[in-house]
Amino acid sequence: MDHTLPSADRQPPRTDTGVIGWMRSRLFSSPLNAILTILALWLLLLAIPALIDYLFIKPDFAATTAAQCRETGGYCWAFVREKHRLILFGIYPYDEQWRPLLASVILVGAIVCSCIRWFWKPFLGLLWVVALVAVGVLMWGGVLGLTYVENAKWGGLPLTLILSTFGIAFAFPFGLLLALGRRSHMPGVKAVCVVYIELIRGVPLVSLLFMSSVMLPLFLPEGFAIDKLLRAQIAIILFAAAYVAETVRGGLQAIPKGQYEGADSLGLSYWQQMRKIILPQALKIVIPPLVGIFISLFKDTSLVVIIGIFDLTQAAKAAVSDAVWRGFSTESYLFISLIYFIFCYSISRYSLSLERQLDQGQHR
Amino acid sequence: MSEPIIRLQNVNKWYGQFHVLKDLNLDVAPGERIVICGPSGSGKSTMIRCINRLEEHQEGQIIVDGTELTNDLKQIEAIRRDVGMVFQHFNLFPHMTVLENLTLGPVWVLKRPKAEAEATAMKYLDRVRIPEQANKYPGQLSGGQQQRVAIARSLCMNPKIMLFDEPTSALDPEMVKEVLDVMVELAEETGMTMLCVTHEMGFARKVADRVIFMDHGEIIEQNAPDAFFDNPRNERTKLFLSQILH
Repeated sequence: MDHTLPSADRQPPRTDTGVIGWMRSRLFSSPLNAILTILALWLLLLAIPALIDYLFIKPDFAATTAAQCRETGGYCWAFVREKHRLILFGIYPYDEQWRPLLASVILVGAIVCSCIRWFWKPFLGLLWVVALVAVGVLMWGGVLGLTYVENAKWGGLPLTLILSTFGIAFAFPFGLLLALGRRSHMPGVKAVCVVYIELIRGVPLVSLLFMSSVMLPLFLPEGFAIDKLLRAQIAIILFAAAYVAETVRGGLQAIPKGQYEGADSLGLSYWQQMRKIILPQALKIVIPPLVGIFISLFKDTSLVVIIGIFDLTQAAKAAVSDAVWRGFSTESYLFISLIYFIFCYSISRYSLSLERQLDQGQHR
Repeated sequence: MSEPIIRLQNVNKWYGQFHVLKDLNLDVAPGERIVICGPSGSGKSTMIRCINRLEEHQEGQIIVDGTELTNDLKQIEAIRRDVGMVFQHFNLFPHMTVLENLTLGPVWVLKRPKAEAEATAMKYLDRVRIPEQANKYPGQLSGGQQQRVAIARSLCMNPKIMLFDEPTSALDPEMVKEVLDVMVELAEETGMTMLCVTHEMGFARKVADRVIFMDHGEIIEQNAPDAFFDNPRNERTKLFLSQILH
């Protein structure tokens, strides 16, 4: 045999591949793992048939009244048929509800476009301007023959979407600046950022919302009022920015000193360094926790109920308070849970695919 | 000697209480190639890092190409444009391709058009003999290739001075030669001023005009390479040389 050539590669042993190999290594590799596998299977067996029975087998799909629903038991689909428009659009005038529907579709469409790499070009900005104008016109009306609807009447899904979209869009850059400020060599800038971040992180969102709705007007001059919705929006942005800042700071700290020195040695200015070298790497590291913040921001918008804004959660509550349909709160909350879940799960899947895209070619 | 391109005058630096650089004086003539050696912790890296102000000196004067290094950011950036640096750990930007690494400085700092910067980049990649790697990411290259990319990245800025901070000490042994070859070529074909911290004594003999030995933050001895290696005068130099040349 000629030993100057490497020997040929062989196939791995048969027992390590295929279904049996997979089951042996993943499900039953040790007694403890076998017990855990069986326990998990048992829980699934317990939960899934019961859920299917509750949702699809027990209920009478033809039922139209609360009484019929109470008789058969199970999930009351009639409630959803009856109340879904109230839950989705709140107290927005009934005959005009195609407007918030279209606005939501446009908003979601713009968000989806922004997530696709092909759209990451200058015209994306233009697309957003058009989308936001369209959403504004549809929601407020008052032009193009649309009747005017004041934003105190907005509610449900579009409101939740608007609060979270603007929340994320403004909290992210603001948080980024705070993170950079906290790492600044200028003591003044640093102190302001540290105090801001620690102060905001030290109070619950609920109290910030209260402050913005109750205390803020006290400080403003007489006759000068900021809209309630806008105040809630600002409170959400200020709150989320502090968390974004701390997360981004974590990413910045993970960047080796050599990267700064490499950039320095080329004569790049501070902002060029941040923009081209440091932030692209730091943000990639913190995608998972950052997305976590955005998901909780999306869900935290439901806290605006406490200052009387009619978001998705408040609408679900209102739907149950109807005397005729009393007692169907499970139906109502399951319905909005599904909506929240669809959005949050999509965000989370997107972040995974984004991580994978950005990872391409950068590792051995 | 003509007007020095780098002048260090009574430079002192401390890390906390630790006195790293002690009254350093050094004049470097344009086109001169200097190798700096010495035991670890002797301040040799710190000294060359002071020249493009990756480290700040606390006393004395450093004048690079007629400009004194002060706290003025604009002046520091101007000096860094003229001073290239190659690091022990390459410090390439992992999220950019090799070509993007090479054009970043020329496009953003020197404001060159992208096409021109790319042409220059390819020219230097050719010179360090890895033009075929242009569209790969640094993580896909071997250590020796990465260091050659780092050298090309500095050259793309068309610097007057090149600083090398132990460019071969993080490399696997079989890759040291490919990097040294590129450096030798650079020294022989261009009249660039080079300061190189290294323990590659073969390289020092081949290209250096002057070898400097540092210990405890001081320049102990400096001489032409042959005289330096064959007739070291100071006891500490002799001891050091006996330890690295087995």
